[in-house]
Amino acid sequence: METIERAVDRTQMKVSDEVAIQIVNMNKWYGQFHVLRDINLTVNRGERIVIAGPSGSGKSTLIRCINRLEEHQSGQIIVDGTELTSDLKNIDKVRSEVGMVFQHFNLFPHLTILENCTLAPIWVRKMPKREAEETAMHFLSKVKIPEQAHKYPGQLSGGQQQRVAIARSLCMKPRIMLFDEPTSALDPEMIKEVLDTMIELAEEGMTMLCVTHEMGFAQAVANRVIFMADGQIVEQNNPYDFFNNPQSDRTKQFLSQILGH
Amino acid sequence: MSDTHAETVAYVRETMLPQQAPPSGQTGAVKWLRENLFAGWLNTALTVLGALIILWLGTHFLPWFLHGVWNANSLAECREIITSTWGQDATGACWAVIRERWTQFLFGFYPDYLYWRPLLALVLLFAALAPVLFPGAPRALLALTVIYPGLGYLLLWGGSVWFPVAAYLGFVLGYVVFTALTKAGQNLLAPILAVLATILYWLFLAGPVETALESVIPFGMEEVRSNLFGGFVLSITIGVAAIALSLPMGILLALGRRSDMLLVKALSVGFIEFIRGVPLITLLFTASLLLNYFLPPGTNFDIILRVVIMVTLFAAAYIAEVIRGGLAALPRGQYEAADALGLDYWKAMRLIILPQALKISIPGIVSTFIGLFKDTTLVIFVGLLDPLKGITDAVRAAIEWKGIYWEPFIFVGAIFFIFNFAMSRYSMLLERRLRREHR
Repeated sequence: METIERAVDRTQMKVSDEVAIQIVNMNKWYGQFHVLRDINLTVNRGERIVIAGPSGSGKSTLIRCINRLEEHQSGQIIVDGTELTSDLKNIDKVRSEVGMVFQHFNLFPHLTILENCTLAPIWVRKMPKREAEETAMHFLSKVKIPEQAHKYPGQLSGGQQQRVAIARSLCMKPRIMLFDEPTSALDPEMIKEVLDTMIELAEEGMTMLCVTHEMGFAQAVANRVIFMADGQIVEQNNPYDFFNNPQSDRTKQFLSQILGH
Repeated sequence: MSDTHAETVAYVRETMLPQQAPPSGQTGAVKWLRENLFAGWLNTALTVLGALIILWLGTHFLPWFLHGVWNANSLAECREIITSTWGQDATGACWAVIRERWTQFLFGFYPDYLYWRPLLALVLLFAALAPVLFPGAPRALLALTVIYPGLGYLLLWGGSVWFPVAAYLGFVLGYVVFTALTKAGQNLLAPILAVLATILYWLFLAGPVETALESVIPFGMEEVRSNLFGGFVLSITIGVAAIALSLPMGILLALGRRSDMLLVKALSVGFIEFIRGVPLITLLFTASLLLNYFLPPGTNFDIILRVVIMVTLFAAAYIAEVIRGGLAALPRGQYEAADALGLDYWKAMRLIILPQALKISIPGIVSTFIGLFKDTTLVIFVGLLDPLKGITDAVRAAIEWKGIYWEPFIFVGAIFFIFNFAMSRYSMLLERRLRREHR
């Protein structure tokens, strides 16, 4: 199990009563296959939620539904008061408010790091170029790679690329961040630098949903851990009770497998 | 076994080894020769055979080239000169035909006192292309790029200056309609109405506008009709126009084919498969013969314009498939990242997807362009005088050059080669430049 070595400052990590995301009776199918079954989830502003579960349990699909990279077939998803329907305007509105970090970074290889970060602010937010570049440099400094701004993604290490991807999302000043296995494609040495960046974000009070296998991160940062299996939410609890006192057999089995060695 | 022993005993290197030069015979020309020409007996035999073939070709064709005659007035005179200089059995090229008729190969039957116009059009073409092809070219030239289609038309065909001006006003009108509607919040209606307004203007208003302007300030150049076009003026006109038009059309078709909208997708697939399924000559015949049946009687629709449209459609279908390959080669993550940042479809395509897909597709696109340029010789089938057959036949029709074959073909082939080789080199340059930029 990864351990988070530095002390995590929880003073800013306040959960407010304001609802950020509400998912009600949501179902999704891939053809005949029922991937997400009756999902109900309410996320308040400031929550840090870690979603864990075996592969194929639908955890990535769930967070991809939140910015409509995947379409749900029944039920409701309401993000920041906007319901996701087939209305393209609402979808683009939600997407510009919700940042997403992918397992494989998905930086744009034909643009420099700086251009990767300024593209969406300039074209979606209509921000003047200078201001967008200043914002980008601010966030690149925050993820500690301002000196790479004029390189291309292919010249950076995996960990650096993932930090750029986080900075690129932050440049849109999102109110919610989604992380889809952000460290799964990284070498062990680089996982820590990405997790540190994510911890800093949490310390500033960002609402975060992370699909991850980093249980150390979950224990240090999350205020809630959600365990999914077979397209359903099986158990959710605060990290302490989740790890020390799991209720369902499915959760116990999962925890014994990932924490066993 | 000593190896095993070494690994089981703790070992620490105390001095690091410096770099050493490779053994002699492993570098330079000797190594290159041994690896590439004389590696093994089979390789050596092939090298010797290759050398013999080159020697044989050289001894047979070189004299023909070297015995060439440049000063003569007929094929018979050429032969006389060769026999008298090099002996009874000597062969030789009669380049005199090129010397006498080269203007016809280049300009067809374009009036000779107006040769400066296609020449100027060609020079301006390169100037107009420069800012598109080379990032180092001055940006001010982009203004020329914008007005070049009208300017080139005016130089080649002549006529009233107001014709291209009236045509350009259509774009201005479309732009005004588009911005006005976008300001009014009609984002969906704006492009449709703008295109509609432009087309209606061209159909019904452009003519009267031109006549009105012409009556106020009559200004123009001598008109040259399409039937006087021939040779490379014709080939390059058709080639350049079709290349410039087919790329954007091919991009739209490729996007259409990958669209989620059933109707758009069906139309794109139908168009691409139909056009690729029929020979270009069929389309050219359609252009020259059948279109007249469909158009209202009395409309005089220029034959070169008709051919350009058909060649464009033909090339666009191929380019669409090349670009579709490039689009399919991009990882899904690129589309998802663009979506997740809130970019709409057109912005995602323009800023993220197409720059990468087109880069992958460059070799295929340029191949299609080269094929298109060579296919312009097929216009002979609709009665236009292409340089390869149309003009050479015209030259051979003269009694003094009857029976001459190789020399005109070599000349025309060489000019095609220069243009196509330049395109091929440019595509390699572009690939290298883009690879460097993305690393």
